[in-house]
Amino acid sequence: MSALAVSGLGKSFGGLRVTTNINLAVAPGERRLIIGPNGAGKTTLFNLITGEIAPDSGSILLFGRNITRMASRNRAHLGLARTYQIITLFARDTILRNVTLALLGLSPLRWNPLIALDRQHHLAAAGRAALERVGLGHIADRPLAETSYGEKRRVEIAMALAQNPKVLLLDEPFAGLSIDERSDVRKLLVAIPRDVTIVMIEHDMDTALDLADRITLMHFGEVIVEGTRAEVVADPRTREVYLGE
Amino acid sequence: MTFWVLLTVNSVTFGGLLFLLSAGFSLIFGLMRIPNLTHGSMFMAGAYIGATLLAGDLGFTLNFWLAAIAGALAVAALSAIMERFLLRRLAGQQLAQVLVTLGVSLMVADLCLMIWGGDPISVATPAGLGGFVRAGPAAFPLYRMAVIAIAVVFAVVLWLMLERTRLGAMIRAGVDDPQMARVVGIHVSRLFTIVFALGAGLAAFAGMIGGPILSVYPGLDQDMLPLALVVVILGGTGSLLGSFVGSIIIGFIYNFGQALVPELAYFVLFLPMVLVLVLRPQGLFGEQVL
Amino acid sequence: MSGRAIAVAIAVLALVALPYAITEIYYVNIASQILLYAVFALGLSVLVGYAGLVSLGHAGLFGVASYGVAYLLAAGHGHTVAILAGLASALVVTAGFAAVSLRAGGITFIMITLALGEIIWGLAYRWISVTNGDNGINVATRPAPFGLSLASARGFYGATLIVFLLAVAGVAIFVRSPFGAALCGTRDQPRRMTALGYHVWMMRFWAFMFSGLLTSVAGILFVYYNQFISPQALALAASAEGLLMVISGGAGTLLGPVIGAALVVIIKNVASAYVERWNFLLGAIFVAIVVFMPEGLVPGAVRLARAAWRALKRPKAAAPIPLTGPKP
Repeated sequence: MSALAVSGLGKSFGGLRVTTNINLAVAPGERRLIIGPNGAGKTTLFNLITGEIAPDSGSILLFGRNITRMASRNRAHLGLARTYQIITLFARDTILRNVTLALLGLSPLRWNPLIALDRQHHLAAAGRAALERVGLGHIADRPLAETSYGEKRRVEIAMALAQNPKVLLLDEPFAGLSIDERSDVRKLLVAIPRDVTIVMIEHDMDTALDLADRITLMHFGEVIVEGTRAEVVADPRTREVYLGE
Repeated sequence: MTFWVLLTVNSVTFGGLLFLLSAGFSLIFGLMRIPNLTHGSMFMAGAYIGATLLAGDLGFTLNFWLAAIAGALAVAALSAIMERFLLRRLAGQQLAQVLVTLGVSLMVADLCLMIWGGDPISVATPAGLGGFVRAGPAAFPLYRMAVIAIAVVFAVVLWLMLERTRLGAMIRAGVDDPQMARVVGIHVSRLFTIVFALGAGLAAFAGMIGGPILSVYPGLDQDMLPLALVVVILGGTGSLLGSFVGSIIIGFIYNFGQALVPELAYFVLFLPMVLVLVLRPQGLFGEQVL
Repeated sequence: MSGRAIAVAIAVLALVALPYAITEIYYVNIASQILLYAVFALGLSVLVGYAGLVSLGHAGLFGVASYGVAYLLAAGHGHTVAILAGLASALVVTAGFAAVSLRAGGITFIMITLALGEIIWGLAYRWISVTNGDNGINVATRPAPFGLSLASARGFYGATLIVFLLAVAGVAIFVRSPFGAALCGTRDQPRRMTALGYHVWMMRFWAFMFSGLLTSVAGILFVYYNQFISPQALALAASAEGLLMVISGGAGTLLGPVIGAALVVIIKNVASAYVERWNFLLGAIFVAIVVFMPEGLVPGAVRLARAAWRALKRPKAAAPIPLTGPKP
């Protein structure tokens, strides 16, 4: 059974076909890389999988369970987590509070209007542990506004990992990072255990290529090539997509 | 029987008046994404200024139509100033802009109260339109038919402006995609000022046109603003057709409501708006969900 | 005891002692007004400051509670029934407001709450058989809980103070809770909150209900304070006043709405002595605050104080040439 199986997924906005007949099957524990030029529909695919937008056709299965019509918030409870291409963190809060909100999303405590959040030590401890894993434990109490871009990217990953996801969708995790920062994030991603399935969108091929088990190449909303690293690199259509514009 | 016929005519008339009021509101909201809370005040100000010019309180008298146009121009000019110096400062901050229009509407309402006092002012029906048109047993007030005609004329003129002129094309582009419009070279800030002034002027003109029917009184702004809101929510923002159809529908509901269940007229008005919000949030003819 | 706890204790003691320190009934009444409007402002701030939803129809909710109480009292019922029924009807209307307006966010939410508030006002004005229209409804007596009379200014102040303190405590607990923190999350990043597993609509709904509860309580205090209710209390200007209280004090803070309420009530009462038209002044202040001090007076003052403190502590060095001009 695939961790994530997408079949026949299609979406149009008005007259514009953004995604056409996408088929994708990611095995449990696999590291799948999705590449393609800008406008290929990669982020739209992620938005369809997380439920932010509803598909016009096709289905999405998470560990065999049909989540196509399921509300976005419930997919998080089934073990689906994602990071965003553009930083969408809680700018007014500390790093720890950002991660705490990620943890709280899956906890029944989130409905409690009576107890004090700061006294929930188990949540704070879990939050700090999540931040330790990404190397930000020492600045957990710093306001997000006072952190660097690279640190913010790591906070995103910490939040996603804090949800203990079964399937993790990473949308351009290396975007805008310096060489050193890229290497840090790379080490982070490599260290994620295989009980988490990772699907990653990335532009920076140098860093991402050898993180992937299989690669899916998308263009104009369609899957063009799919296979192992070697297969995709060798395929003439790959060159066409990137050079034949 | 004549009761119902007259009620229908009054409804269409009121719908026409509402169209003149809400077309501007819809355009402003569609283009600038601001619900202009001064719209009711502009309607009232136009009526007050027009009535003053008509009555000759400033030493000279204008005829009804000139008074209406003069009032519209005055209000348009003042609105352009407000847009240029208050709203443009807050470009991109929708909430702040809405609150500014709210503050200004309160100021305008009190200013009108200070200048014209608390008593309602009646506006005389323009010369030549005071009689009735007879069709069989029914007698239709001539002025109300004129208002319907004026509304239709304006609807056509506005439609032609939007569809056939360069200004209209720019407005439509701005409504559809403001970012893209800027990129393509449309001077969006100037466009905003023009549309804001146009919308306000139209509302002021409508105020004077409505004068013989509604008269002018403190609180007229509070009576008209929610109607404009409901029309636009119902018809869809940025849509001229939506404003037209919405105005007619609300005109009917309001008038029939007033006649049949006067105490609950507002509640009856509420229902189509709620239905639309629940079933079709973008309004009958709107494109984007607000 | 922490510094903050001591400050709170002193403040509470000062408020309790107030009607004994000030002998003029006029000022005790102003204090009562400030406290009841502070409850209104706190209620509105739950929605505006923490949920990030600006409502321009809250005077409608305020008014439903007031009218509910007045109507039932005029119909011959006792205070307990009137208060409970007033509260219940206001909560039902709040749920209705929420269900309709939460279809959208942002500007649309403002428009819808505005329209809904206007509709309630229109009903108060036209439904003469129930509301007596423009003439309003008189309330003959104030309640006497546990036999203590609230007829005097001091007595009423005491009751209002208790309600106010409960409201402040309630909002403080709410804000520090997981739900409160999550609500602020939905204000800042609603899309992300959904992806994190939160039910954003439902959270906003309950925030709206909490806001409606506080607003209704303020409405009940209001109708007993004035012993009268008329449609004017539900007009758009009244909602605007409430919003002004929230934004002038600072929307996302606990103290902000209280200070805002004090400011607006004091200015309104002082101004009425000199200026005939309060609405003009209200509108002008609104515009001024939105344009010049959008974050509100409390955060603005805090910001200035911090800057001044830092300036005092820093050793004098050659001032760098500002690139963008002097900052306020």
